[in-house]
Amino acid sequence: MTTTECREIALAVEGVSKVFVSDGRKSKPTTEDTESPLPWFARLTGRKRRVKHVVNNVTLHAVKGEALGILGPNGCGKSTLVRMISTLLIPDSGQIRVFGVDVATHPMQIKRVINRVSVDAAFFKKLSAMENLLYTARLYGLEARAAMDRATEILATLGFDPTNLRSSMEQLSRGQQQKVAIARAFLTSPTLVLLDEPTTGLDPKSRLEVAAFINDLRAKQEITLVLTTHDMKEAESLCDRIAILNHGRLVAIGTAQELKERARTTPDAPLPTLEEVFLKLAGERLEDADEVEAPGGE
Amino acid sequence: MVTAKKLEKSRYAAGSLAGECYAAYGFVERQFTLMKHYWLWEFMWILYSLSSSIAIGYGAKYMASAMSGGQIQGALSPAAQHLVIFMLIGSLLWGYLSGLFFDISNVVGWERWEGTIEYTFMAPISRITQILGMCGFSMIYGVGRTLLMLTSVALVFHLDLSHANIPGAMLVLAVGSFSFMGLGTLVAVFPLMSAERGTQITGIVEGAMLLFSGIYYKVEVLPVWMQVVSRLSPATFVLHGMRAALVDGVSTMALWPDIWPLIVSGAILIPLGLKVFSVGEQYCKKTGRLKRSG
Repeated sequence: MTTTECREIALAVEGVSKVFVSDGRKSKPTTEDTESPLPWFARLTGRKRRVKHVVNNVTLHAVKGEALGILGPNGCGKSTLVRMISTLLIPDSGQIRVFGVDVATHPMQIKRVINRVSVDAAFFKKLSAMENLLYTARLYGLEARAAMDRATEILATLGFDPTNLRSSMEQLSRGQQQKVAIARAFLTSPTLVLLDEPTTGLDPKSRLEVAAFINDLRAKQEITLVLTTHDMKEAESLCDRIAILNHGRLVAIGTAQELKERARTTPDAPLPTLEEVFLKLAGERLEDADEVEAPGGE
Repeated sequence: MVTAKKLEKSRYAAGSLAGECYAAYGFVERQFTLMKHYWLWEFMWILYSLSSSIAIGYGAKYMASAMSGGQIQGALSPAAQHLVIFMLIGSLLWGYLSGLFFDISNVVGWERWEGTIEYTFMAPISRITQILGMCGFSMIYGVGRTLLMLTSVALVFHLDLSHANIPGAMLVLAVGSFSFMGLGTLVAVFPLMSAERGTQITGIVEGAMLLFSGIYYKVEVLPVWMQVVSRLSPATFVLHGMRAALVDGVSTMALWPDIWPLIVSGAILIPLGLKVFSVGEQYCKKTGRLKRSG
């Protein structure tokens, strides 16, 4: 953090926790699960309500202009954390501040400066890419013509076939839809962008195009990125620092180099890969840590 | 990056009144665009609604003829004409009001299914803008659809509306629409909390209104306790006022007993609907119910 201490804090997550309660039918119990504090309810309904600590006392910061990666297996709490930052979930405890403003108490101020790409490209599937983007432009107060020009510009950079602009979203491939989702997020010129597994479903060429777009944008603007992924290479190439999350807990945070140094067994040993770092610091392999998602949240 | 600079100079800054109006227009435009893509479905729905209204009109004509012992074919007697208009207004108004009511809750359910509700909630707009935008579409489309149907049934049944107080009827409809906007917002919380079952619950509320509000009969035929309940439904006053204006040609001033309860119910239901929707939104944000996947 020596190079970032004097820069403005863009995102501050302080001791944030989130718990989801499920009826226990769909998810298998994990070490982080506890029984519901309502035993009378369980007796009444015949179901055991399971309390799942999805995000557990996480503290991390990102400075202005930084790209912070959040690395972890499925179900480790990455998306839940992103949803809490983007005002879609309310933390049970702790505080999240974006440019010094509390997300829970001043959500409208936060909404003006953030945007998000989720792993699932949610759109009105019957509408075309342009119609969906025009709708977003209107909600963010953007002039329609300028917004459409900007969207076309972003999509061209991402390698989106312009002949598909007028096609309905349901006719587009998963990768094409994801590119429109990325264009939607950047269309509104956010200063903090939350990229929740943005390249999932993209082919290798498209992944490179997305990475090039993000790097190009960062070179031109002081934009802060939070990127969740389980792609080690992507995290290493796009992020200044990486936070490792497992079972809702922050396991480690630092630059890729720092994390590798920390995981190195002896000073003379070669630097481990990020996969090996995860294995060492989290105490399990990335794929072993995957777990069934709990109903109601990750 | 020239266009990026142009974007920053938008006149409709998020949070300003112009920005909120612009966003509300965005909702109206989105709904019309969606409707354009589902035009065949909409066309079939209008045909179905029109068929239902005409069927109800013929039912009324038969009952009027049977009761008076007159001929079924030929010109309608004044009493028969009165009954036909009474039933048709009930049918057309119910189509408009239930459509408005259904559209608001259906849009929320639709957004939950598509997963776009998270993006709508992330946008820097107030909830009232969202609701007004959704209602704006429903009102414009609903009025257009109802006028088309009214013209069609008037032609089929040779209805004489020369003595009708049409401006007065429109006033009742306009004031009543606000109550339905509030009621629609109130029940939209159900599809917000449950995409699967929420819309069914709105159907229950709609059914209760159909029963208590005197859509196809005067509320005076109901048991006393049901008549008391009917006074709580804005649809009762809209129907009574519209029928008085269109069937009996009652003056606009004389419609006041129906208008003031609608003003009161609108003043209560809109803030109440927004409050309940807001509480529902907070609940969903606490329990993680907004997401569909990911």
